[in-house]
Amino acid sequence: MDTPVLKKKLGLKERYAAMTRGLAWDTTYQPMDKVFPYDKYEGIKIHDWDKWEDPFRLTMDAYWKYQGEKEKKLYAVIEAFSQNNGQLGVTDARYINALKIFLTGVTPLEYYAYRGFAHAGRQFTGAGARVACQMQSIDELRHYQTETHALSHYNKYFNGMHSAKHMFDRVWYLSVPKSFFEDAYTGGPFEFLTAVSFSFEYVLTNLLFVPFMSGAAHNGDMSTVTFGFSAQSDESRHMTLGIECIKFLLEQDPDNLPIVQGWIDKWFWRGYRLLSIVAMMQDYMLPKRVMSWRESWEMYVEENGESLFKDLARYGIRKPKGWIQACEGKDHISHQTFAVFYNYGAAAALHTWLPKEEEMAWLSEKYPETFDQIYKPRWDYWREQAEKGNRFYQKTLPMLCQTCQIPMIFTEPGDATKIAYRESDYLGNKYHCCSDHCKEIFDNEPEKYVQAWLPPQQVYQGNCFKEGVDPSAEGFDPLLAVLDYYNLKVGRDNFDFDGSEDQKNFAAWRGDSVEGAKK
Amino acid sequence: MSNVFIAFQDNEDSRPIIEAILADNAAAQATYPTGLVKIDAPGSLVIRRETIEELVGRSFDLQQIHVNLVTLSGHIDEDDDQLSLSWNN
Amino acid sequence: MSVVSLKPYNFPAKDVRENFPAPLLFIGWDDHLMFGAPIALPLPPDTPFGALGTAVLPGTYGYHPDFAKINWDTVEWTKSGQPWKPDPAKTLAENGLKHQDLIRFRTPGLSGLNGSCN
Repeated sequence: MDTPVLKKKLGLKERYAAMTRGLAWDTTYQPMDKVFPYDKYEGIKIHDWDKWEDPFRLTMDAYWKYQGEKEKKLYAVIEAFSQNNGQLGVTDARYINALKIFLTGVTPLEYYAYRGFAHAGRQFTGAGARVACQMQSIDELRHYQTETHALSHYNKYFNGMHSAKHMFDRVWYLSVPKSFFEDAYTGGPFEFLTAVSFSFEYVLTNLLFVPFMSGAAHNGDMSTVTFGFSAQSDESRHMTLGIECIKFLLEQDPDNLPIVQGWIDKWFWRGYRLLSIVAMMQDYMLPKRVMSWRESWEMYVEENGESLFKDLARYGIRKPKGWIQACEGKDHISHQTFAVFYNYGAAAALHTWLPKEEEMAWLSEKYPETFDQIYKPRWDYWREQAEKGNRFYQKTLPMLCQTCQIPMIFTEPGDATKIAYRESDYLGNKYHCCSDHCKEIFDNEPEKYVQAWLPPQQVYQGNCFKEGVDPSAEGFDPLLAVLDYYNLKVGRDNFDFDGSEDQKNFAAWRGDSVEGAKK
Repeated sequence: MSNVFIAFQDNEDSRPIIEAILADNAAAQATYPTGLVKIDAPGSLVIRRETIEELVGRSFDLQQIHVNLVTLSGHIDEDDDQLSLSWNN
Repeated sequence: MSVVSLKPYNFPAKDVRENFPAPLLFIGWDDHLMFGAPIALPLPPDTPFGALGTAVLPGTYGYHPDFAKINWDTVEWTKSGQPWKPDPAKTLAENGLKHQDLIRFRTPGLSGLNGSCN
């Protein structure tokens, strides 16, 4: 009998090449430009797609195997969490409001990312890039699903999370993440990769994930922690796609440099503004705090960014234009953002509250140059008023930045007592922005940003009422009508945490007395 | 010289991987932020399948690290036997 | 500069004057950061400018202890960041205010809670 001849197994790199690019072809039945109509119009020049290096060589069989392992682990924990009433283990019910922001403002972005990568994944002529995008697209859909499942348990016990998708398309603060991602996926495929894979998934991702996940770990939220860890290795593949994409574009043709630099400038700034909501969550909404936004920014952006941009300098890339102002903002944006949510607490589907004395002491310590001088006075005054039964609720709609769509809360670099105002005129109309960088983004593509669906403007145009509502009817209350349009349950989803159903329920379930309960 | 880093979930599955990295990279240092093990190294680091196999006493597929990987920094090069991270500056 | 596109890219602006019941005016009270952001209000163009201080703004800014102390004769206005002297007897339109204009006012001697600009 002959001894069997063992065929030599292909190495990882060869296997990967055979199962990805080896399966690609140039079309002859139709011209390539017709089959891939979008990968030239942005002006990016690619001469040799074979130079695309796949950093992680995960073939489909390995992908399904390891994703499957992660899913089984994740859902086992979510089930155990649910069966064991894990929601009772959180530090206090104020923490749940951070999750309300996550579910309504971050989770829908995973869905948008799934669609964006599916689209981009169809558009590149290079098979390596198409494979990476397709895998990321599936990852993002997975994240949408796993986040929804991880948080759905809380929806059974706490208010504000019942209409996440409905609210995402309508509520004033959610237009910030919504417009961010719609700006990205209505760009071409190369802009999309630079915006999402590089600027967000590489440069800024740790600022989103680490605060939420460490925050969850410190506050007894096993469900979110487990989701976070389960997603993280997906995220490291996403990061490597981002850095590979940038390298590839810059190595293909020097003409790509100014285009890529322009996108990095735009998307670093847009990502930074989007993260204001995370900054607020980290500094104000975690009963047990991990590290300050300022500390996170220094660790994950300043330090990490130094190495990254030093590495990219050889291509002629410099740090993004808004870098210095963003670094200065680390002392301010969390305070400015939570304060405006406190202002508009009647119209938000989450609770806000006054920081406790020990929390104010922590903020003082973490922000020695700014908290006591600029932010503490308003908290002190609001506390004084709230104790008299005069809790502050701003009833007039805010002015928003046309680009980032955040209320104009941001201040001048170098003087945080002055709101920053910038203006542009376009085709006979005036538009306002919060900063030089948002204004520059507007001025570069005004045709895009004049289409922005700005919530206050839409409310005033009468577009934020349910069908059949008659604004001229007797006793019509526009604010209540808008909240109804949001599907926001007045008296349950909104107003102060103090006195809320969430607070009362949580105290009752734990057998605690309600803090500050009125006699 | 810039640091590369890699971080894993701090659990039993990751332990041999961490030990292998520390054994194969003299200048690497481990820290333990909540729930994580983070390894920093100047310039570059390498993860070797063979070293892990010696520690766990069975064959090990390097791509198994995907289950517990959290984040990393640096350019990646991967094949069946090793995964390395490096910066060029 | 403009949008890079494959086909002509021309879509209507969402916030043109015709879409609103009245011109939208943005108003900010400098050095009063407690209010977070400047406000947006659609105001009929024939509203007397002086009515801002007496009828319109109390609903928004009245919460602040400085508001009751304002002497509207000494208030300093800017429009689009430039010094501006409106006539309170004239209407918003007669004062030259247009849709999505931005006006700000400063109240000398009143700079927020304990002068902290809050």
